[in-house]
Amino acid sequence: MSLSLDWLSERADFSELLASAQTQPPAQAFESFRALANTRVDFVRANRLDKAIQRFVASHGAPGNLPSIKVAVLGSSTLSHLLPHIRLAGLRRGVLVDIHLGDYGLYRQELADPTSSLHAFKPDVVLLALDAEHVAGHSTANAEAAIENLRSSWKAAHALGAIVLQQTILPRFLPALGNNEDRLRQSPAAVVRRINALLRETAVADNIYLLALDEWVTLAGGITAWFDPGLWHLSKHEIAHAAAPFYGDQVGRMLAAIRGRSSKCLVLDLDNTLWGGVIGDDGLEGIVLGQGTAAGEAHLALQRYAKRLSERGIILAVCSKNDEHNALAPFQKHPEMILKQGDIACFVANWQDKAENLKHIARTLNIGIDSLVFVDDNPVERGLIRRELPQVAVPELPDDPALYVRTVALAGYFEALDITAEDRERAELYRQNASREALRASATDMAGFLDSLQMQLAWAPFDQPGFKRIVQLINKTNQFNLTTRRYTEAQVAEVMRGEEEGRYVTLQLRLTDIYGDNGIIGLVIGHLTPRFDLEIDVWLMSCRVLGREVEQATLNLLAARAIELGCQRLYGTYIPTEKNSMVKDLYSKLGFDIDEAREDGTTRWSLALADFEARPLHMQLIQGAPWQTTTSTVS
Amino acid sequence: MANDHIYRQLDEIFRDVFDDDTITLTPETTAADIDGWDSVAHVDLIVSIETRMKIKFKTSELGNLHNVGQLVGIIEYKLESTRQPA
Repeated sequence: MSLSLDWLSERADFSELLASAQTQPPAQAFESFRALANTRVDFVRANRLDKAIQRFVASHGAPGNLPSIKVAVLGSSTLSHLLPHIRLAGLRRGVLVDIHLGDYGLYRQELADPTSSLHAFKPDVVLLALDAEHVAGHSTANAEAAIENLRSSWKAAHALGAIVLQQTILPRFLPALGNNEDRLRQSPAAVVRRINALLRETAVADNIYLLALDEWVTLAGGITAWFDPGLWHLSKHEIAHAAAPFYGDQVGRMLAAIRGRSSKCLVLDLDNTLWGGVIGDDGLEGIVLGQGTAAGEAHLALQRYAKRLSERGIILAVCSKNDEHNALAPFQKHPEMILKQGDIACFVANWQDKAENLKHIARTLNIGIDSLVFVDDNPVERGLIRRELPQVAVPELPDDPALYVRTVALAGYFEALDITAEDRERAELYRQNASREALRASATDMAGFLDSLQMQLAWAPFDQPGFKRIVQLINKTNQFNLTTRRYTEAQVAEVMRGEEEGRYVTLQLRLTDIYGDNGIIGLVIGHLTPRFDLEIDVWLMSCRVLGREVEQATLNLLAARAIELGCQRLYGTYIPTEKNSMVKDLYSKLGFDIDEAREDGTTRWSLALADFEARPLHMQLIQGAPWQTTTSTVS
Repeated sequence: MANDHIYRQLDEIFRDVFDDDTITLTPETTAADIDGWDSVAHVDLIVSIETRMKIKFKTSELGNLHNVGQLVGIIEYKLESTRQPA
């Protein structure tokens, strides 16, 4: 199995595109660079692309509309050849990666020394890319002691306020005993295996995230592709150059997950993708699906994988050129189908062009167009989407359906650092939302529609049970987010302490309605100014509940809390990003006065609480632990 | 030159590795002639040649290369010895 990034498409005109990108104005150039980062090139070309981008940033500056992340890469072997591929993998997902490479072998000193360049760099993420020789190569190595050593580095990195990514150890030592190597206690190969097992056991408790190199070696390429003994002896490169793009992509997808840039929705074509053949021509009995034929099982395997993604919170949608009743027939009647109609949050089958349909899907689900992954066997459709909607991820599918799952899975579009109960419920939430949309379309008046939803909004200050979800929302909400300020777990904990001391005000909001429970959908963090007014630092909301008066309800609650605390005014700020223009006028719509409009588009607002009148709402407000609210379900 | 095609292939690899489209190699070209050809870049260069030309150098072959002519000599020998009989 190859180590190339098979899911990316190749461009024959790479060199011309690279040359022309470098002459474009910055904003446009970065779109071109991003498109090039999404093509499949060998590591030599990738290095060249990275150099061009670095040069461009040095002379024109980085574009302000893309999120950025600072990563310290620490280790004790040669790592410099990996950095271009980490940066490109970030850009592939719309994240600018700024890298500090630690001095060769000095990472412990740098972590410990507050005057080191590492401390001055203030990394958001510390990647511990330690080689096997360093961790387990010496004759007295034992796994428990190795973990203890690592733990002190994790603590030091956490003290820097960084998220820790720990690379599992590359399983590259050869056996001395043989098949039962692990009976040889001091065998480096056995020690590496044991360390990797311990890392998996302790990762959650130690609050670190793994870069599962050992797993990727098994799944892609094998150790001979990843590790070249000659190169190790020559120059201490543990990861072979040919594996660098794959390695970089693994890091890049984790950085994207940290910045909330992982994809959210898998959009599937039907004919020759979910099943073999054309339903409109071949009919229910004619399509190839299910046990009995190799091709039928291959299509079934893709359905099974999609179902597993859906169970962990990825939304599924269908986009097919078909008459709708034909397209729906297998979902309703074919006995071998794993995916049922109810698994698909948004089902679009018509004869319009797929770019329009993808936009419609994103709108209906209230997610960004760049959250979509579009899987289609037809190269013409893939080409159309790449051209019309470059923000959509479009995997290059191989000819053989047996390799569809592998291609989609290795591409890592849906990387997540952790799983919350809400992730698992999300697919269900989006499906409910599609039903609400249908109801909204049929409702004659807005008030009547809102009343018919029988909404209940439960609210409470931040607390421990909601903690994980709160941190997750703060770090991944992009659209309805006034300031897009990101907080680490430690910072959220600090806010919660501050609230007990009367310095902060927080709100978490949960919305339920006749279709079910939307979960925690809104957050606010505010602090008391020296003049005892309330300044809103963070205000964000899930787009799933747009148009439901939750914004107004949030303001009503916030104003009530502020008045309770004796505040005269509420202050708010809007900081523009590439994604949050939908809330540009929020404060204005809610009756705030504008105080200041800066050149970069940032606006400052305030509201005199003495004049504030809470507008009536079509929902019931309930104070108390939002996660305890009973779920109302009406089918 | 009979090995002209190797030079032209190497030109392209050098241009990508050193990010310089003006590079044109001769047997006498040395590291001193090319901007950025240091010991770190040398490893990248060797691995790039291996990947693009589908050959593999032995560790011992990389020690004492003085100019591009010697490099081409080794490559020629390798391509010759791996060529399948027709």
